[in-house]
Amino acid sequence: MESRTMHKWYWVWEFEKEDDWLNDMALNGWVLDSVGFCTYRFVRCEPGEYSVHTEMHPADEGYVDFMRETGAEYVGRMMMWMYFRKKTADGPFDLFSDIDSRISHLDKIGKMLSIVGGANLLIGLANTFSPARFGWINLLCATLLMYALGRIHGKKEALERERMLHE
Amino acid sequence: MPDHPALTEATYYILLSLVQPRHGYGIMQRAESLSGGRVRLAAGTLYGALNTLCDKGWILQLPAPDDSRRKDYKLTELGLKVLKNEVARLRELADNGEKILREEA
Repeated sequence: MESRTMHKWYWVWEFEKEDDWLNDMALNGWVLDSVGFCTYRFVRCEPGEYSVHTEMHPADEGYVDFMRETGAEYVGRMMMWMYFRKKTADGPFDLFSDIDSRISHLDKIGKMLSIVGGANLLIGLANTFSPARFGWINLLCATLLMYALGRIHGKKEALERERMLHE
Repeated sequence: MPDHPALTEATYYILLSLVQPRHGYGIMQRAESLSGGRVRLAAGTLYGALNTLCDKGWILQLPAPDDSRRKDYKLTELGLKVLKNEVARLRELADNGEKILREEA
């Protein structure tokens, strides 16, 4: 089967952009078939045959079974992100249908960023006082992760404002 | 937290669907048909809600037959009570809405 591999980088707060790009690819006749680090492999499909979604979700066989039961295919996982696709002929495909679940998805992302960011901060501080002098790398990572956390938090606040009025 | 907090639409339709035992996809179909196609529960939303409702003891997971990975869920006594309270609350909302619109609009 005809395939192509593309390399692309998305920051964690750009997951919706990534989703849009994967769906644009599907609209153009290329559906995601496997994922790797900054690597996406696509195979030929009919334009618009599939819709594709990604979600941060801890490893969970039960969830994959559940998604399959609803007609979605599990494409793969990269780090904490799972990728699913579903034939558009089999009905609409969304991962979230209300504000609460979108907020709890952002919470999961925020929690992961806080843990990894906090660990980098601690390692960075510890190494600053050690002879290795590589602590700045961890401090840089911690700064970036905290920035990401801020972006995710901003998205969450926007949804919370919306939730004041409707679900 | 009030005794009878307002349920989200997703929670309401999930509980309503589980008066009879159903599996995940069955819940999605039931909610959609009950609401005349208006309420479509997305898979991620439904999965998260089912786990939360199990933790709260409003629904329970039925033991799966050996040859199946499919999980069925059912409302508990507590879940039924919550659902009945919600129906009463919704009736009050609708009654008030109709009354005010009839008399004052």
